[in-house]
Amino acid sequence: MTRKQRRLILIGGGLSVLAIAVALMLNAFRDSIVFFNSPSDVVEKHVEPGTRIRLGGLVKDGSLVRGNNLSVRFAVTDGKTEIPVTYSGVLPDLFRERQGVVAEGALDGGGVFNADTILAKHDETYMPKEVADALKKSGHWKDDYAQRAAMPIGGGGSK
Amino acid sequence: MIPELGHYALMLALGLALIQGIMPVVGTRTNDPVLMSIAAPAALAQFAFVATAFTALAVSYVTSDFSVLNVYENSNTQMPLIYRLTSIWGNHEGSMMLWVSILTFFGALVAGFGANLPMVLKANALAVQAWIAAAFEFFILMTSNPFVRIANAPFEGQDLNPILQDPGLAFHPPMLYLGYVGFSIAFSFAIAALLEGRIDAAWARWVRPWVLGAWMCLTLGIAGGSYWAYYELGWGGFWFWDPVENASLMPWLAGTALLHSAVVMEKRGALKVWTILLAILTFSLSLIGTFLVRSGVLTSVHAFAVDPRRGIFILGILVVFIGGALSLYAWRAPLLKQGGLFAPISREGALVFNNLFLTTACATVLIGTLYPLALEALTGAKISVGPPFFNLTFGPLFIPLMAVMPFGPLMGWKRGDLLGAAQRLLAAAMLAALATAAAFALEHGGPVLAPIGVGVAVFVMAGAVTDIVERTLILRVPFRAALRRALGLPRSAWGTAFAHFGMGVTLMGIVGVTAWGSERIAEVKPGASLDISHYRVTFDGTFNRAGSNYRDVVGRFTVHRLNGEMIGNMQPSRRAFPDRNMATTEAALMSRGVSQLYISIGDPNKDGSVPVRLYFKPYVLMIWLGAGIMFCGGGLSLSDRRLRVGAPRPAKPRAALQPAE
Repeated sequence: MTRKQRRLILIGGGLSVLAIAVALMLNAFRDSIVFFNSPSDVVEKHVEPGTRIRLGGLVKDGSLVRGNNLSVRFAVTDGKTEIPVTYSGVLPDLFRERQGVVAEGALDGGGVFNADTILAKHDETYMPKEVADALKKSGHWKDDYAQRAAMPIGGGGSK
Repeated sequence: MIPELGHYALMLALGLALIQGIMPVVGTRTNDPVLMSIAAPAALAQFAFVATAFTALAVSYVTSDFSVLNVYENSNTQMPLIYRLTSIWGNHEGSMMLWVSILTFFGALVAGFGANLPMVLKANALAVQAWIAAAFEFFILMTSNPFVRIANAPFEGQDLNPILQDPGLAFHPPMLYLGYVGFSIAFSFAIAALLEGRIDAAWARWVRPWVLGAWMCLTLGIAGGSYWAYYELGWGGFWFWDPVENASLMPWLAGTALLHSAVVMEKRGALKVWTILLAILTFSLSLIGTFLVRSGVLTSVHAFAVDPRRGIFILGILVVFIGGALSLYAWRAPLLKQGGLFAPISREGALVFNNLFLTTACATVLIGTLYPLALEALTGAKISVGPPFFNLTFGPLFIPLMAVMPFGPLMGWKRGDLLGAAQRLLAAAMLAALATAAAFALEHGGPVLAPIGVGVAVFVMAGAVTDIVERTLILRVPFRAALRRALGLPRSAWGTAFAHFGMGVTLMGIVGVTAWGSERIAEVKPGASLDISHYRVTFDGTFNRAGSNYRDVVGRFTVHRLNGEMIGNMQPSRRAFPDRNMATTEAALMSRGVSQLYISIGDPNKDGSVPVRLYFKPYVLMIWLGAGIMFCGGGLSLSDRRLRVGAPRPAKPRAALQPAE
C-alpha cells in the first residue's frame, strides 16, 4: 500500500467519523435543548403550554404550600411577574423562600408550571451588614461584596 | 506577619518565573550554555517560593487568623482541622494558589529529575513552564490575592460552604489539579520541540511518564468528584453532564488519546505531528476547564465569587497560550519530519482509531458545553444542554470505541492480523454474548440497549484478560512456565490490560445503575416501611445529634430482606450549619456486593413523618472501582522498566548545543 493510499484511508476514516459526529450532534440539538426563561419572559414570549423550559427567579415570600405526599406549590417571581409552580418530590437543600431557584418542566393549559426538576443555587455566600461596614472602613470593600450583601438571604442571626 | 511573608514570597516567585521564562530561551538562541542552565535552579527556587506562599496561607488557616480576609470568609474555629486545611482550596483564591503550587512543583520535578534531557529541550521546556507559571502568579497577585488583610480582625470566621465540608473534598481538588496541571509538562515539551524545530521518538519517551502520571491523577480526581456528588448532593446521581464536570472530562479524553498516540510515536516514530498537536490541545482543554470553572461564567458549586475582571484576565491567558501555541504549531509543524509507514490494520491503526473516536467524543462534549455560552453571548438566549444531548452524541461514539478496544493490544505493530485477533477474542466474544443473553433473561425492564451495553462491558473485560492469557500462554504451557512468562512481561503490558479491564468495569457499573436502578420517593411515618428491589426498609424514627459546627437530625432505618432476615441499620441525616444558615443532606449508603442501597431524607414534618428518597443502585460501585483499576494500570505502566531507566543517551551529544535550525 502506498503512502498516498494510506493517507487517503486515514483522511476518509477521519472525515466519516466527523460526519457521523456532526449528524449525531445536529440530531441531539434538535431534541434536547431547553430554553431558560424568567417569569416575565414566559408572559412576553407567550411560551406554549407543553414546551419544556427552565423557569428561573426567586421563590416568592410566603408562597410555599406543602400538600400531601410530597407535593408542593410555590410561586417564582422576578419582581414584575410571578408564575405558580407545582412540584412533587423532595426539594433541594438550598431551596428557600426569597432564594433563587430554577425549575425545569412545562406550563399546563391553565398557566401553572409543572416542574419535574428543581435546581437551587449551590452557592450561598453572604456577608453580615456589620462586617460589610467594617470592610468599607478598612478599605477592603469590593463591589462584589455589595452583590453578596444584597442577596436576600442570611443576614446573620437568623437560625 | 506570616501572610505578608507569603505575599512577598509569591512576588519573588513571579520575578523568578520571569527570569526562568526569558534567560534560557535567550540561551538557546545564542547557544549560551550558561544562560540555558539557569532554567533548572530557577525552577527549583520558584517552587520553593510558591511553596512558602502556600504554606503561609495554610498556617493562616490552621491558626484561624481571621485578619486574613480569605480565611475569615471560608474558615471557622469550630471546624475540624482537616476542613480548615481543605478550606484552603475550597475558595477561588486558595484554589488558584494550589494550581500554581502544583504547576511549579511539576516544573521543579522536571528540573530535578531531567538530568538526561538534552540541554536545549530542557531549557526551552522549563521556560515555557515558567511562562504559564508567571501568567497565573500575576493573575493571583492582581485579581485574586489570598493574603488581603482586614484592619479589625473579626472574632469568628464565616465557615466553609457546608457541602464542601466533606472528606471527599480533601482529596478531589488536589487530584484533579495534579491531572490538569500535569498536562502542562506535555504542553511545555511540545512547545519546546516546536521552538527547536526538532522532534524524535525519544521525545515521546520523555513525555509519556508525565502524561501517564497526570492521566492517573485526573482519572482518580474525576472519580472522586463523581463519588462525592453521588453521596453528598442527596439524589444519587454519579454524573450530571454539568459543564464543570465536562471541563474535567475533556482533558481526560484528550489526555487518553495523547497517552495512546505517544505510544505509537515512541515505538514506531509515527504520528509525531499529531502527538504534538494533542499535547497542545490537552493542556488547552485544561486551561479552558480552569477558565470555565474559575471565571464565573457558569453557575455551579465550583463558581465561588463572580468577579468579571477575573474572567477577562483568565480569558486573556487562555487566548495568549492557546492561540500562541496553535500559531506556533501552524508555523513550525511542517518542519518536523514525518514518521514511518503502517497498514490501516495494525496496532498503529487501532491506536489511530482510538484517537479518532476519543478526540471526536471530546469535541462533542466541548461543543455541548460551549454552545450555550456562545448562544447567550451572541443572541442573549439562555439555554441548557442537558444529559439527553450528551447521551445521544457521546454514547454512540464511545460504544464502538469500547467494542474495538480489545483488538488493539492483540494486533501486531506495522501489519496486524485482524482474523487472528478475532479468533483469539472468540472466547471473550462468546462470554459477552452469554452476558447479553443473561442480562436479557434475568433483569426485567430497563432500556433495550442495556443488555448490549453489558455485553460490550464484558467483552472489554474479557478482552483484557485474553491479552494477558495470550501473552503468558497460560492455557498452553505448564503453569510454572506461564508464571515465568507473566513475570517477564513488560509492566506496561500489564498496565494496558489493567487499564482496559478497569474501563470495562466502569462501563458495566454505568450501564447497570442507569438501566436497572430503582427509586422510591415518599413521605413515611415512623413504623412504616418501603419495599425496593429485594429489600424492605423500615423507618424507626428520628433523633438529634450534635457535631462540632453542625446539628444533625438523624433518621433511623432498619433494612430487612423481603424474606424477613434483618441486614442492618441506615442513618441518613439532615445537617444544619448555623454559621452559614444552611442545611445539607447526608445520605446513608449500604453496600450489598457492588450494589448499594441509598437513603436520603428531607426536613421532618410536624407529625413525625419525613420525606424519604430511597434508591437501589445496582452495580454502582463498579463505576469507581473501575477508575481505581485504571489508576493501578497507569501505575504499573509508569513503573515499566523503559520509563524507569529513561531514554538512552545518544552516544555522542551531537547537535545538542547547536542553534535550533
